[in-house]
Amino acid sequence: MHAVRLSLTVAGHSFRRYATYRVATLAGVFTNTVFGFILAYTFVALWHERPQLGGYTPEQALTFVWIGQALLATVALMGGGVEEELHGRVRSGDVGIDLHRPADLQVWWLSADLGRAAFHLLGRGIVPLAVGALGFPLALPALPLPWLLFLVSVALGVVVGFAIRYLVALSAFWLLDGVGVRALSGLLGVFFSGMLLPLTLFPGVFGEVVRWLPWAAMLQVPADVLLGVHRGGDTLAALAFQAGWALALLALGRAVQRLAVRKVVVQGG
Amino acid sequence: MVDGLRAYALITGMWVRSTLAYRASFAMTVVANFAVTALDFVAIMIMFGHVDALGGFAMAEVAFLYGTTSAAFGLADLLLGSMNGVGQRVRDGTLDVLLVRPVPVFLQVAADRFALRRLGRVSQALLVLGWSLVQLDAASWSAGQWLMVPMMVLSGTAIYGALYAGGAAFQFWAQDAAEVQNSFTYGGNTLLQYPPTVFGAELVRGVTFVVPLAFVNWVPALRVLGRDDPLGLPGWVDFASPAVALVCCAGAGLAWRAGLRGYRSTGS
Repeated sequence: MHAVRLSLTVAGHSFRRYATYRVATLAGVFTNTVFGFILAYTFVALWHERPQLGGYTPEQALTFVWIGQALLATVALMGGGVEEELHGRVRSGDVGIDLHRPADLQVWWLSADLGRAAFHLLGRGIVPLAVGALGFPLALPALPLPWLLFLVSVALGVVVGFAIRYLVALSAFWLLDGVGVRALSGLLGVFFSGMLLPLTLFPGVFGEVVRWLPWAAMLQVPADVLLGVHRGGDTLAALAFQAGWALALLALGRAVQRLAVRKVVVQGG
Repeated sequence: MVDGLRAYALITGMWVRSTLAYRASFAMTVVANFAVTALDFVAIMIMFGHVDALGGFAMAEVAFLYGTTSAAFGLADLLLGSMNGVGQRVRDGTLDVLLVRPVPVFLQVAADRFALRRLGRVSQALLVLGWSLVQLDAASWSAGQWLMVPMMVLSGTAIYGALYAGGAAFQFWAQDAAEVQNSFTYGGNTLLQYPPTVFGAELVRGVTFVVPLAFVNWVPALRVLGRDDPLGLPGWVDFASPAVALVCCAGAGLAWRAGLRGYRSTGS
């Protein structure tokens, strides 16, 4: 009970912390919207040539673009949040203090990241999607059920994203300077999540493989859930796919954390 | 001026040594920097796996647009990309330190945290540009066409550089709004990788007359590729990139001066 209350408090404070920087949020919304327009025009040209490309109608393809812009910050595709902060604390040795706290390190950071994601979904997700819907014909569902499933799917995507970034942050225990791993992780996130192009457009076996990688859980699956690509039980299977990766990666994070803690030597007094 | 450039070289040299201290990490950042842009291009290749032309432009022509804008952007990012961090310095007050040193603040900010890894983007862009020149049979081009390629890359570097400097000046007023700059730098680079025919006429007009990104490659490249200009501008405009770049740099310089003069320390 105590642990749940602590998590909620941490998440709440994290939400408020991100909500404090209003100008930064506005700047982010502006940037997401500009990129949304650029990508949307290229998709219009692409689907003009091939109207059923990747199994999407032109309207669905455009919706995919704007969902991507709306979720970019929420699932932290390019990294940031936990990754940067925890990494900094490992580097400076402050993580020693964190390990002394009567709270689990992974749960603490997961709570903080969920708070951040909740703010980013509201603060940076709604406006770009609304602008996109004004500027282009989008295929957004009119019924509440797909939206609810979408929210569940986004939440699972956030947890998968967190688990990956947590592993990246822990790498600092061995590498000290984690800029390189972070950069690599960000680029894998952008490419294999479907941010540049929906994964259904990727050719052949490569295309089959990328759809089973964890990054697909961060954008491709939530977008497909909202677009109603899956029918009936397939939607549940898609959510189970996300949950499976979330659990596997969180477990891996715990294992690595145990190794890291055994290794850590905090310098200074 | 010479002293300033010497200082820029000294500071960048220091940062290069500092990054090389963590060799594994440095190698990874170079690979990542190369791969980020390479994957960008892979996405374009996947697009062309499904279609023969995008907005009426073939793969090689899009690669030419991609190579010219990315090379210019990569060079500007290498030289001035660190200016993005000026808002952070204004916020935490560390800009004050730069003001008391006998080196122009502009050069100090530009050289701050100089990141050699950004060469990754430049080299990837040059590879794509080289490939497109082979595909477009550039050996048969006239000397004029050939000369326009370095002109585009150098003018483009100056235009993107002006955007970085202007964006940094903007951060004196709006410290938290650093990300807006990304819309024009990264966003501009993404935009210019695709042919202008893909975009709405309003957008093309906007990046020609308001934020003159079109002069990085669209306007001159249409001439090199023998394409019609969608805006129907007079022919001499195709060669105006260096002049446009000069005007942009002058504007950015004035904005930077105004920003620096209006700077108030956080005073803590």
